Amino acid sequence: MAHDPSTEQHANVDHAAMGIEKEHPTWSTYWKVAVILTLITVVEVWIYYTPFKENRLFVPSLLIMSAVKFFTVVLFYMHLRYDHKLFRALFTGPLIIAGFTLLGLMFLFGKLSIGVGAPH
Amino acid sequence: MTHASAAHGTHAHSAHDDTHGHPPTSTGLDNKKIAIWAFIGSECMLFASLISTYLIYKGRSVVGPYPHSACLPPNCSTPLKEILNIPVTSASTFVLLMSSLAMVLALAAVEMKDQPKRTTGERILGSSKLWLWMTAILGTTFLGFQAYEFTSFVHEGLTIRTNLFGSSFFTLTGFHGAHVTAGVLWLLTLLAIDYRRGLGPKDAINVDLAALYWHFVDVVWIVIFTLVYLIK
Repeated sequence: MAHDPSTEQHANVDHAAMGIEKEHPTWSTYWKVAVILTLITVVEVWIYYTPFKENRLFVPSLLIMSAVKFFTVVLFYMHLRYDHKLFRALFTGPLIIAGFTLLGLMFLFGKLSIGVGAPH
Repeated sequence: MTHASAAHGTHAHSAHDDTHGHPPTSTGLDNKKIAIWAFIGSECMLFASLISTYLIYKGRSVVGPYPHSACLPPNCSTPLKEILNIPVTSASTFVLLMSSLAMVLALAAVEMKDQPKRTTGERILGSSKLWLWMTAILGTTFLGFQAYEFTSFVHEGLTIRTNLFGSSFFTLTGFHGAHVTAGVLWLLTLLAIDYRRGLGPKDAINVDLAALYWHFVDVVWIVIFTLVYLIK
């Protein structure tokens, strides 16, 4: 196997100040993540041009693929999987608020609805 | 006060290490990194509000052009042409994803600057200038795609004042483009420092801040691409 210097300890990097709890991934991991992100994007665009676009699973599958891409970048490229838990809290807290805000506004303006109340 | 190196177990370098010039903090973490994560958290809420606005106004435009092919009864035999150019936007999405790869490789190269490079491949992977340039060029290419898209929309009669779609679309993607522009300028300043005195492991924290910002801009686009372009 080829020598990969990225697997060695970063001798002069201030791990504590940067909040690095686990050693960051190697170059090969970064390349693999890029391939996965590209493949998911290709699938997203491909299904857009197929009859699956009319299927009721089209939107959920796009949302799932988008979420996978989102969290893959956050966990591996932004190193949230490897860094201090405070950073996780600083990101996920506002992200949850943002998600609920989006959903709340969607309900408020009638873009989403739940089957509560008498049918019209 | 919590000592960071004790909390982190195996890490030998503490926040109190004089060689890094980082003053001790109560968390042991660099304040700049905490600040950038707090900033990114606030940006999540900003973009959530912009995306919400786009989604609320989606399909409520009284006049065209429309984002996707639309049918105005009773003339459904000739549906209106969609204005969004999915192939071009897919290419720009790919470009932005690859810029994230280049950015993370730039950070790894800075962290590894002191490590010996034995092969040509290692020298290429270990060149922070190469990866910073690559990221800046890919970011600029993305902006070029966006300029092309905006220009073609204006030529087709869609401006920020045309309809609800135009207002919410240009506001959302324009804000994102402004963030990419700021990111490219940040990258260029890092490159200037790299050419002037060289970026080394001690600068990893500063490159990390730029990288976090850049990846955030990328994840925002991942969401925009799906919600605005692919979902009808």
